[in-house]
Amino acid sequence: MLVEPPPLSRRRLLGGLLALAAGSALPPLIARGESGEIREVPATGESLPLVGLGSWITFNVGDDPALLEACTAVMAAFFAEGGRMIDSSPMYGSSQATIGHALAELDATDRVYAADKIWTSSPSEGPSQLEASRRDWGVPRFDLLQVHNLLAWERNLATLQAMKAEGDVRHIGITTSHGRRHDAIERILREADIDFVQLTYNIVDREAEDRLLPLARERGIGVIANRPFQQKRLIRRLEGEPLPDWASEINARTWAQFILKFIISHPAVSCTIPATTQVEHVRENLAAARGPLPDAELRRRMASYVQSL
Amino acid sequence: MPMSEWWSYHPADFLMFSLHVYERLFVLHNQALWPAQLLALTLGVGLLLALWQPRAGPLRLVVPLLATGWLFVAWAFLWQRYVPINWGIRYVVPLFVLQALLLLVLSQWRGGLVLSPQRLTPRTFGLGLVAYAVFLHPLTALLNDHGLASAEVVGLTPDPLAIATLGLAALARSARRGWALLIIPLLWCLISAATLQLLEAPGAWVPLLAAAIAVVARLMPHG
Ligand SMILES: NC(=O)c1ccc[n+]([C@@H]2O[C@H](COP(=O)([O-])OP(=O)(O)OC[C@H]3O[C@@H](n4cnc5c(N)ncnc54)[C@H](OP(=O)(O)O)[C@@H]3O)[C@@H](O)[C@H]2O)c1
Repeated sequence: MLVEPPPLSRRRLLGGLLALAAGSALPPLIARGESGEIREVPATGESLPLVGLGSWITFNVGDDPALLEACTAVMAAFFAEGGRMIDSSPMYGSSQATIGHALAELDATDRVYAADKIWTSSPSEGPSQLEASRRDWGVPRFDLLQVHNLLAWERNLATLQAMKAEGDVRHIGITTSHGRRHDAIERILREADIDFVQLTYNIVDREAEDRLLPLARERGIGVIANRPFQQKRLIRRLEGEPLPDWASEINARTWAQFILKFIISHPAVSCTIPATTQVEHVRENLAAARGPLPDAELRRRMASYVQSL
Repeated sequence: MPMSEWWSYHPADFLMFSLHVYERLFVLHNQALWPAQLLALTLGVGLLLALWQPRAGPLRLVVPLLATGWLFVAWAFLWQRYVPINWGIRYVVPLFVLQALLLLVLSQWRGGLVLSPQRLTPRTFGLGLVAYAVFLHPLTALLNDHGLASAEVVGLTPDPLAIATLGLAALARSARRGWALLIIPLLWCLISAATLQLLEAPGAWVPLLAAAIAVVARLMPHG
């Protein structure tokens, strides 16, 4: 059973109008803010930097003091470069506690756009799980809560909708990855009242381009692209290959930047969330949002170049 | 999750921590416990000697010590260190406690544990496993970046503990008691081998080989 479709709210109407206004020109709604390139998410009116930070594996370091310090350095560089959205989940081991540790060290709870997930097959446990996550992060409330991998999504989404109505979370959404369950995602995008969808999108995993990205855009729903580097497999695959000369046209100095620029130049994408353990990489990733982004023609060229390798 | 979705998963998708973080668990564990490693190694040698020339008295003493090892590792390593980075291990902790109980009960109950020293092959395999766990397994740490600081010492960490217990299980004269003692360490060795393989760690085959040797030894006649 799907959640009752929402009445057309003023916010959603505005979102739809904004999306319409953006037309098909590439890239739309990009503004240069103090903190690098930002894009507005129509459904929320929120503007977010195009590159965020993931935390799967990379921040799961237990209570190892040396590794906690290393993660704190990554987050310090992330904020210094203007980053805001950090994504985590109760599924990610100690990652939420690591983020909380760094936020406290850096006194950055007011700078982060805190994105977390509800991940339980027993929805009655959802509220206590979310409260434990919030305590781990040490934030007063989450900016975004998502139903992780559509797990028991109808009831978990109902929990999130109730929280949002109470003002206990600002935005809500759903996630999937690896191209899984796109049919269900499509139904939810059409019928449910959500602000964000998180899915896998990169220069080789482009299934979302067919239906989900246009639909999200039409509905004014923000899109968070996960697994930009296929958990580094993509970078390893391309590492030995030369970057094309024309990559300089968009200031892509590395394969990582080439891939990120491809993702964030899609007009439906609000941001992507590469994970990293390295300060150099976080700088490189955030720098990808600065400077020119490819237009539709160049995007096609980028994709076919990678395909040809 | 729909059945069809399972096919879209790669085993590596279930891995939620890096090799570096995993190896650091042992470094921190060793730092926190030093110099308990010396005591554990001494007790390991005691276990080997007691199994070499099995007599009821010493055996009744060392097997409960091994049981204590299972309890200690369940608490100090699995629960305190491993569960925070790998929530699946939470479900393994009760098995370690069960193994400790099995060791305690089977070593004291109805004449205790009787080993079969006559048959050469199971004896060699069994004692070989224990000797490997005590003396050689800690040295596998030399293959990684942290060196001996990340050594896995018997009685303090799960792999050598499981391998030593497999050795004991291979030596038991009663097939029933032997198999009862073998199942949980065998399961752990499979989990450990799969984890190390996914982490692309050196020596992923070690726990697998130990498990295979124990099963083969167990299947042989014990006289
Ligand atoms: N269903 C879901 O909700 C779901 C599913 C998947 C992912 N996610 C989210 O999306 C995030 C991103 O996905 P992911 O972590 O699976 O994979 P990813 O971001 O595609 O890849 C992470 C890997 O890329 C490497 N990397 C990062 N920047 C690099 C650079 N500039 N140059 C070279 N290598 C670089 C990192 O290694 P180094 O440490 O060496 O930099 C890391 O190992 C996750 O962390 C998670 O927050 C959500």
